[in-house]
Amino acid sequence: MNEAVLKNARNRSTQNQSQKKTSGIVQKKRMNREDFVVKSILFLCAMVSILTTIGIVAVLLVETLSFFKDVSLLAFLTDTKWTPLFKPEHFGILALLSGSVLITLGASLVALPLGLMTAIYLSEYADDRVRRVIKPILEVLAGIPTIVYGYFALTFVTPLLRVISPDMGVFNALSASIVVGIMILPMVASLSEDAMVSVPKSLRNGAYSLGATRLEVARKVVVPAAFSGIISSFVLAISRAIGETMIVTIAAGATPKLTLNPLESVQTMTAYIVQVSLGDIQHGSIEYKTIFAVGMTLFILTFLINLIAQWLKRRFKEEY
Amino acid sequence: MGQGNWRIRKITDRFAKIAFLCATLFGIAFLGVLLYRIVADGAGWLNWDFFTNFSSRFPAKAGVAAALVGSIWIVLLTGPIAFFLGVGTALYLEEYTKKSWFTRLIQVNIHNLAGVPSIVYGILGLAVFVQGLMLGQAVLAGVFTMSLLVLPIIVVSSQEAIRSVPQHMRNASYALGASKWQTISRVVIPTALPNILTGVILALSRAIGETAPLVVVGALTFVAFVPASPMDPFTVLPIQIFNWTSRPQDDFRAIAAAGIIVLLVVLLTMNLLAVYLRNKYQKRY
Amino acid sequence: MSIIQMKNVDLYYDKHHALKNITGEINERSITALIGPSGCGKSTFLRTLNRMNDMIQGVHIEGEILVAEQNIYHADVNVENLRKNIGMVFQQPNPFPKSIYDNVAFGRRIHGMRDRKELDEVVEQSLKAAALWEEVKDILKKPAYGLSGGQQQRLCIARALAVNPQILLMDEPTSALDPISTAKIEELIGELRKQYTIVIVTHNMQQAARISDDTAFFLQGEIIEFDTTEKIFHTPSDQRTEDYIAGRFG
Ligand SMILES: Nc1ncnc2c1ncn2[C@@H]1O[C@H](COP(=O)(O)OP(=O)(O)OP(=O)(O)O)[C@@H](O)[C@H]1O
Ligand SMILES: [Mg+2]
Repeated sequence: MNEAVLKNARNRSTQNQSQKKTSGIVQKKRMNREDFVVKSILFLCAMVSILTTIGIVAVLLVETLSFFKDVSLLAFLTDTKWTPLFKPEHFGILALLSGSVLITLGASLVALPLGLMTAIYLSEYADDRVRRVIKPILEVLAGIPTIVYGYFALTFVTPLLRVISPDMGVFNALSASIVVGIMILPMVASLSEDAMVSVPKSLRNGAYSLGATRLEVARKVVVPAAFSGIISSFVLAISRAIGETMIVTIAAGATPKLTLNPLESVQTMTAYIVQVSLGDIQHGSIEYKTIFAVGMTLFILTFLINLIAQWLKRRFKEEY
Repeated sequence: MGQGNWRIRKITDRFAKIAFLCATLFGIAFLGVLLYRIVADGAGWLNWDFFTNFSSRFPAKAGVAAALVGSIWIVLLTGPIAFFLGVGTALYLEEYTKKSWFTRLIQVNIHNLAGVPSIVYGILGLAVFVQGLMLGQAVLAGVFTMSLLVLPIIVVSSQEAIRSVPQHMRNASYALGASKWQTISRVVIPTALPNILTGVILALSRAIGETAPLVVVGALTFVAFVPASPMDPFTVLPIQIFNWTSRPQDDFRAIAAAGIIVLLVVLLTMNLLAVYLRNKYQKRY
Repeated sequence: MSIIQMKNVDLYYDKHHALKNITGEINERSITALIGPSGCGKSTFLRTLNRMNDMIQGVHIEGEILVAEQNIYHADVNVENLRKNIGMVFQQPNPFPKSIYDNVAFGRRIHGMRDRKELDEVVEQSLKAAALWEEVKDILKKPAYGLSGGQQQRLCIARALAVNPQILLMDEPTSALDPISTAKIEELIGELRKQYTIVIVTHNMQQAARISDDTAFFLQGEIIEFDTTEKIFHTPSDQRTEDYIAGRFG
């Protein structure tokens, strides 16, 4: 039987010279290292992302601990001044944190309502043709580098604001907030719209059949049904605003200050890191370490916020 | 519900629609004004010299040569590294493992990394590549930092691309006696490639616009030479623009705008390339 | 002369018992048709013959399948080589998004053939064997997706023939095709019988009767009756076979 198979295999393999050993159909397995090697290499690739996280945490932790050998944690958390670059030195993170919070608040005031309204317009009012024009434009808006926004804040938005409020300084939180808000607007709009679009048609139709207007359907059906998705888009956008760097570095100034007055110049955590990095810092000096202490604060803050967003998103997924 | 009530509700609805439309138009108007201002400010400074000159104390003599070449260095080196790591990770997750706690860990980790502020990557690069590996403030330190920064984006888009390769194509290959790696390298990757490349290009266009992490890694703000090797100091377009923007003189602001035009044209080109790839190789299976 | 023997084969998808105690023999250089109602396990059985079920998570197989008198489920069988010798054609035409030429050459290339002339020769022979050569000889470099459904299916047959298999498994190869393409492929299968052992799943009773030498009737994971097509269609020994063929269920 085996012989027969062999023979007719040979008969038919006139085109089959490259195959050295034509034998039976069932052949012994050859040692297959290929699979193992490939899998190992791909595994190492996947480990890079894990190592990145470990690297970030480790790097921040090591230098931050070293920072807290020189500065007490209590002073860091309660001091209201941040002046590490000149005497007398103060290391009160609140002064930078308040800058970040102020900018983020201002940006949220711009982006959340506008973003939500844009999302409602796109998902409930606009027809397909309009949507096909507007969505790419929002994508372009989202793709513009922040340095460009920073330039625009300083050279256009600030002068405009100073026409309205002349005693405001060149560097102020207001201008930076507005522009950061516009930078995160597309994110709010597109993520909220995704949440609204996935609200089942049947829910809407139920309300329409009772004679509800579009606005009522949006307010009473769509927004509540997509609520956690919308909130999760808000939270993600807020996290982006906190981490935003160039707009605030350029437009908000470099004066760490515990204030919530948007007309004043402030400094955010991110802007501080840039400011120190631009100077000539000694590796191992206290200025060098402040980068990590501030970076750690920023990292923890955004990490917590992202966790909240993910938790909300998971809840949102379970709904349908 | 009476007649009058209905009319009021109808009118409210009409007004709401207008309000929503205005909100939508606000973002678009902002984009329009921004682009107009930048072109108006900077177009006059664009000439051949602007591309061949280095930065200078005199606005009229300043140019983007060093920054443009620096940006090109960063993209050309970041591209292959991030592509390899990103596609490798995506293949590992999609093709080489069963779903387990470990793959879930990697997946969650990647989503978290996507939310880490870019400046934190700069800090990582400073400690690990500049100091730890002693690369110094060189192109390569910036490249490694940027590769890690765009990695999550590339992994996620590559995963989607790989997932969209239909199972029946893998089966056809296996049924011909192909090994797993042969199936992946000759069927899965080529089929997913246009979508993978689209994702990579979009990720790289993000990298081109990034400023903060490279400032932290130590890219210079004033460079009067073109980096000749990956170990040389460097600057990039956004940092050059940042430097010009932060000077008080109006003329420097104007050449910052000219620099922005160059940056936006580069980005536009890359995005058009991505759109072209996406359309040309749109799903045909 | 039998080339495949099944001995007490049971297959489980996790808990689901999809094949039950399958026993029988498939003759060499003949056409064996597998018939039975939807979900009875025909495709599953076909996939056990070239171990494509290995690809599906949670599959568990008991019993033995001998091909050329060797158990293909033995631990150290070279599965890739097995699949090379046992070609498969699927229900939906599934060419790769490559050129017609590259589709046909694919199998030979992965098994190490590099020489351009040899490949040209294989591609031409295979396309001729699949009765497609005349239609595509001038457009070999064009993408396979440009072909009609019937042409694509013949291309898939050519692709399978190119690696020189001895057995060809076909899972409803004509169910996605129009009557003219179906007739072409049936004619082709008739030609191929001279050289290959063919196992074909079909829902089309006339097709089974027209082209096959033997027929196996599956029902809920079991082989109810396995005999010559002549016998199955004219004097079945089981009432259920008769009912199914008469179209009384399924
Ligand atoms: N991948 C799988 N995982 C779990 N169960 C499966 C899988 N494939 C098939 N089954 C189950 O095994 C049984 C047999 O399926 P199979 O596809 O072999 O039937 P079939 O006879 O080919 O049907 P059809 O004529 O519809 O193609 C069915 O109950 C099916 O639900
Ligand atoms: Mg089937």
